[in-house]
Amino acid sequence: MKIENNLALFNKIASEPYDYIKTLKEKTNKKIIGSTCTYTPEEIVLAAGAHPFRISGQSQNLSAADAHIQAYGCSMVRCMLEDGLSGDLNFLDGVVFPHSCDSIQRLSDIWRLNIPSLHFDILLPVKLDSQLSQNYFAKVIRRFKSDIEEALNTNISDKDISEAIHLMNQIRTAIGQLYTLRATNPSIIKGADMAAIVKASMVMDKKELLDELNTLITLLSETEKKNDTRKRILISGSICSHPDIYQIIENKDAVVVWDDLCSGSRYFEGLISETENPYIAISERFTNRFVCPAKHISADFQLDNMKKLIADHRIEAVLFIFVKFCEPFSFDYPDIKNELEKMDMPYLMVEMDQHNRIDEQLHTRIDTLLEIMQF
Amino acid sequence: MAERLKATKEMKRIMRRYYAQAKYAHYIGKKVAWITSGGPVEPLIAMNIIPVYPENHGAMLGASKKGGQLSEFAEGLGYSPDVCSYVKDDIASTITKESPIKGGLPKPDMLICSNNICGTVLKWYEIQARNFNVPLFIYDTPFVHTEFTEEAKEYIKEQTKEYILFLEKVMGHKFNYKKMDKVGRYSLQSMKLWKEILDTAAHKPSPMTAFDAFFHLALIVTLRGKKVVLRYYKTLLKELQERNTKNSGAVDNEKYRLLWDNLPIWFRMRWLSDKFANHQAALVADTYTQAWCGVIDYIDENDFLGTMGEAYTRIHLNVGVDKMADTIKDFIRKFDVDGLVMHSNRSCKPYSFGQYDIQNLIKDMDIPVLMIEADMTDDRKFSESQVEARIDAFMEVIKEKKRTK
Repeated sequence: MKIENNLALFNKIASEPYDYIKTLKEKTNKKIIGSTCTYTPEEIVLAAGAHPFRISGQSQNLSAADAHIQAYGCSMVRCMLEDGLSGDLNFLDGVVFPHSCDSIQRLSDIWRLNIPSLHFDILLPVKLDSQLSQNYFAKVIRRFKSDIEEALNTNISDKDISEAIHLMNQIRTAIGQLYTLRATNPSIIKGADMAAIVKASMVMDKKELLDELNTLITLLSETEKKNDTRKRILISGSICSHPDIYQIIENKDAVVVWDDLCSGSRYFEGLISETENPYIAISERFTNRFVCPAKHISADFQLDNMKKLIADHRIEAVLFIFVKFCEPFSFDYPDIKNELEKMDMPYLMVEMDQHNRIDEQLHTRIDTLLEIMQF
Repeated sequence: MAERLKATKEMKRIMRRYYAQAKYAHYIGKKVAWITSGGPVEPLIAMNIIPVYPENHGAMLGASKKGGQLSEFAEGLGYSPDVCSYVKDDIASTITKESPIKGGLPKPDMLICSNNICGTVLKWYEIQARNFNVPLFIYDTPFVHTEFTEEAKEYIKEQTKEYILFLEKVMGHKFNYKKMDKVGRYSLQSMKLWKEILDTAAHKPSPMTAFDAFFHLALIVTLRGKKVVLRYYKTLLKELQERNTKNSGAVDNEKYRLLWDNLPIWFRMRWLSDKFANHQAALVADTYTQAWCGVIDYIDENDFLGTMGEAYTRIHLNVGVDKMADTIKDFIRKFDVDGLVMHSNRSCKPYSFGQYDIQNLIKDMDIPVLMIEADMTDDRKFSESQVEARIDAFMEVIKEKKRTK
């Protein structure tokens, strides 16, 4: 198989995720469980024999959602709701709402009141800095397991969970390997393709995904390493649904080598222990990976994590991409940017709606950042 | 024009004394804790720690019309124009010292944050924990969409113990359980009195409006658990009851009764009050100030510490939209209101998202609803002419409805 074919598959699924899921459902007759945040324990959904799939929000125009959430709601939440209300997600059998930010919390209520489907609230702790909250976290995962068993009328055995954990660990390892391969040899794969791989990973049948990832790793490992002098960029934020950004950066003699995005490394970061109690192990992964700013681990965590990412991946500039109206990410920004200034690290912050196109102004701002770096 | 409440003067005196004490806490050997408005303050009082509320300060900054200016300052530091103005006002005031309290709020020795009102406070308190380099305790209240689970109950109960250990560590001495018992009883009595005060508004005409409640709320927020609150609220209650005996309303010739949802628009309180009063309309109740007495039934006065967690978790902002709609329905019936005014507050997403669904859920009550888009302190987000036109149109609908009833 050629790399091009493999990448074309990931790109197709990333751009038309709902079509893929509809076909998958027809073929496998599996229950499809949508999720609204990376704090969904996909292992439990898999163990229940269902298919976990991240709702990305595909709507370009919002109308139905406007009748439920004000315009100052983030586009991610509003787009997901639009898809739900418009019937585009009718193939879903249920939706999972992990407690993360205020907007997803209210989205859960609004969804429950307006869109008929199985509904799962996962009442996660907000603080992850104590043994007490860790114990509670594990109990919440266990409750989700019971809830999904009851809703889908199935029994989940320990073996089912172990197998699901093993599969997800293999997938996370594989995506991590790809990220690392690319970080050391950025020319082997385009940034937009890498973003499509992660997006597709949240959609695809997990066994098929693992096969495709492993194929790609094999093909890329054989690619010759080129001396790459392009400036190394980190993208920071929640979701980047604009593949064009990667191309704009690559056109300017720079390259995105890492990110801390929910639609990026936050998805594969951290493995689940396969020897511990599975509920504790799943909750520990959510605590040990770099946590979302809507969770508390320490007052300095997000600043320290940024410094670590910069050091680990030899970053030369940071591009913050925030979804407009997203509070958790934007509150950390001023202090993080002050730290970057102390480090003399170039940065740029852009706020975007999920359905916005990249306009000239944004294009120019990114260009300017990259030009500054060339000096 | 209806007379102002006489008790108000005393309330101002109490708040002045409270802030003076907080300002000079360190000189009198006391420690200061900043705490969120829905946070568990009683253990602080039992430990002789002075609680300070940045949200109350935010309200003061808003009322003194400094919200927009301070938010703008914070935006210059990199904070987004779209995030909570309380946070931005507080951060800006910490730096500029701009405040109705000379020199701004006293520095905290510790921060106590409960996410029962929103997730925003988590970020706010993390920022201030970095800024002041002081310990931060999070009292994590799992959201109650439809049920308060057994594990959440246990988690919150255990957190109360964790909270006490935190306070003991910061203070360097043991927790005073005996005093806590007394503080818990005072706190519960304060909440009950506050409820009685708000309930006087069921009388026609109403002796007070939501604007009075917004003002008198400061005590139940900042000093509950202190005896002074009981004393003051008893005086206030007596005055309101006397008004009811004399059928003396807060709004002259009250004809229409309205319910307010969400935080006040602090910088336009007088304007809004006059605007509605000119239509002979009284905002007789609101969902915001009721939050400080809405969970009384969950507290056992003989076991305040053991039961406060559930009460703090079940507050109005930490429950599902349908439960919020039920509460609004109860208020519509209890206060016999003719219309609902919803403040769609750009600064408070958890309070505002779901308001459209609440409108759908209360349709059977058959009352008109007005939605005003604004912000609790940021006057840049308020369009007077637009709001005025909407209020006038809304009142016309209410008048017409009442005429044809």
